[in-house]
Amino acid sequence: MPEDIISTYAVKRLHILDESGIVDDALMPAVTESDIRRMYELMVLARTFDERALALQREGRLGTYPPIMGQEAAQVGSAFALHPTDWVIPSFREMAVHFTLGYPIHLMLQYWGGDERGQRTPDNLNILPICVSVGTHIPHAVGVAMAAKYRRDPVAVVAYFGDGATSKGEFHEGFNMAGLFRLPVVFICQNNQWAISIPVQGQTASATLAQKAFAYGFEGVQVDGNDVFAVYRAASEALDKARSGGGPTFIECLTYRMADHTTSDDASRYRSPEEVASWRGKDPILRLERFMASRGLMSDEYARDVKQRAADTIDEAVRAEEAAPPPTAADMFDHACATLGQRQAAQRKEL
Amino acid sequence: MPLLNMVQAINLALNEEMERDDRVVLLGEDVGRDGGVFRITEGLLERFGSERLIDTPLSESAIVGAAIGMAVYGLRPIAEIQFMGFLYAAFDQLFTHAARLRSRSRSRYTCPLVVRTPYGGGIKAPEMHEESTEAFFCHMPGVKVVVPSGPYTAKGLLTAAIRDPDPVLFLEPTRLYRLIREEVPAGDYIVPLGRAQVVREGDDVTLIAWGSMLEWVLKAVGEYSAEVIDLLTLNPFDAETVLASVRKTGRVVIVHEAVKSCGFGAEIAATIAEEAILHLRGPILRVTAPDVTVPLAKLLDHYLPSAERIRAALDEVLQY
Repeated sequence: MPEDIISTYAVKRLHILDESGIVDDALMPAVTESDIRRMYELMVLARTFDERALALQREGRLGTYPPIMGQEAAQVGSAFALHPTDWVIPSFREMAVHFTLGYPIHLMLQYWGGDERGQRTPDNLNILPICVSVGTHIPHAVGVAMAAKYRRDPVAVVAYFGDGATSKGEFHEGFNMAGLFRLPVVFICQNNQWAISIPVQGQTASATLAQKAFAYGFEGVQVDGNDVFAVYRAASEALDKARSGGGPTFIECLTYRMADHTTSDDASRYRSPEEVASWRGKDPILRLERFMASRGLMSDEYARDVKQRAADTIDEAVRAEEAAPPPTAADMFDHACATLGQRQAAQRKEL
Repeated sequence: MPLLNMVQAINLALNEEMERDDRVVLLGEDVGRDGGVFRITEGLLERFGSERLIDTPLSESAIVGAAIGMAVYGLRPIAEIQFMGFLYAAFDQLFTHAARLRSRSRSRYTCPLVVRTPYGGGIKAPEMHEESTEAFFCHMPGVKVVVPSGPYTAKGLLTAAIRDPDPVLFLEPTRLYRLIREEVPAGDYIVPLGRAQVVREGDDVTLIAWGSMLEWVLKAVGEYSAEVIDLLTLNPFDAETVLASVRKTGRVVIVHEAVKSCGFGAEIAATIAEEAILHLRGPILRVTAPDVTVPLAKLLDHYLPSAERIRAALDEVLQY
């Protein structure tokens, strides 16, 4: 009796923009010069925010903060493909996704400063609160997609998470359900190589994370996560597919967390300076700058202007955040439930 | 008015609410074609179709998690978990997400979902099928915990739960599913959440119970002048009704089938001690299961509170 091969799969890796700034024209997505400038400006804004957030944390003006440095292309590139009516179910390290969609920067500072009022998404956006509990938000994206499909709404749903989340039960349960019901959901993993001190090789025996999708009946693709064009192209295609009834897609963005896990972490305890240095050469912002320079879209004056505008924007956000009156103790009760119980109502009065 | 058992009463509530509101969808394992392992959802697939009666894979965490996503989007999902012992797999979804979503989003998003699950002992089922761990879930601000005690309260409470703007855990006492028949009106009535019922008035002692224990308590009280309170909602529980009764009778016996340590009876006893201690004429007694794992069928009668143990507690407290 011969053994038959009954299933095979192939994992594609998409990269368009290389480290020297050269693109593969055949794969280049349809982006205008103005789109490219906008992508660049958002990436610089995110980097500037990150640097300021770290400084504010060291000054005691912000709480624990998880830096995004190095992951700007994965975030801006994917969020750039979203429509305002789409739904985003974020993890906790996607600040550039928020900013790309127009989430107010002072609210983000407010949240990381320990004020829950910063988590109230403006009414024109569909972004769920930041999820600190790793991977447990993945089924929520599945449920939102189920509801959107039930309502026949032409929207796509995106869940963002990191490589560590792929080890969680909810990743598997959510992927399974998404594949089974062919839901309009795109799963975007920022594989930044490290789940605190455990490298991705300590997280899974799989050669890629992308291949996990095939077990659930849909496509997984790996993209160079430091290549904003590759991420944008993969996300656009997956979102179009989701909106047109083609079902889910899993995008693994291969990127790198260049800083510590959070401001409470010291990454030098578990990874070598050589490794970090090697990824500095792959910096997604430098790469885009080189490409823009080759196309005449970059000048010293423009670069200085973008940095200055980003700094001014962040300055303004910090001022707005620090000018907000502190929350009152009663605020704890105001969003606990629609109607307070007897005991809660009494406790609120006692404050 | 028709006499219905609890299975029929819950089925009627689901039929009526799904008819009334197309946001109400039901999801869980075997809820569609099979009508649920206890036949609670029988006939709903034929009537409402597979978009609203969703047979899910065997994934408790994703069932509750997806229900959260659906609720956020504006639907009114009802998730069925086959037995309370399987709900632990979705504990994180309930506690970390359903309970907190309103608070985390400052009310931009709410989570109007119902998680229904059979609970409690007395049905000679395998391990994990007779759990009574309601106290775990009462420790979650933001999730209401509701336990009907008969067909009438089951329909009225479930209707209220489905219409509630926040997450509700609806615990269905398995032993009662087909044990009692009551007059259950069709059409609109609700039993409000958060309110207890005095089901029997008395002067000498207050008996507090919920779920399937209520039936045993009513059998046990006999000639005693005992006031019996059916708590109906455990979180938030109706302390005013409990305290008013205790101030009248001065004696308290709390009966639950969960284990004694950190059971919900402890919360009630502590509340009485805080608010009404000078009205007490004797110790607050609890009749509960012992602090052991729920045994299989052969030892179940030794585990669950019995009418004899309830009467013994009444005799003891009435000595004071």
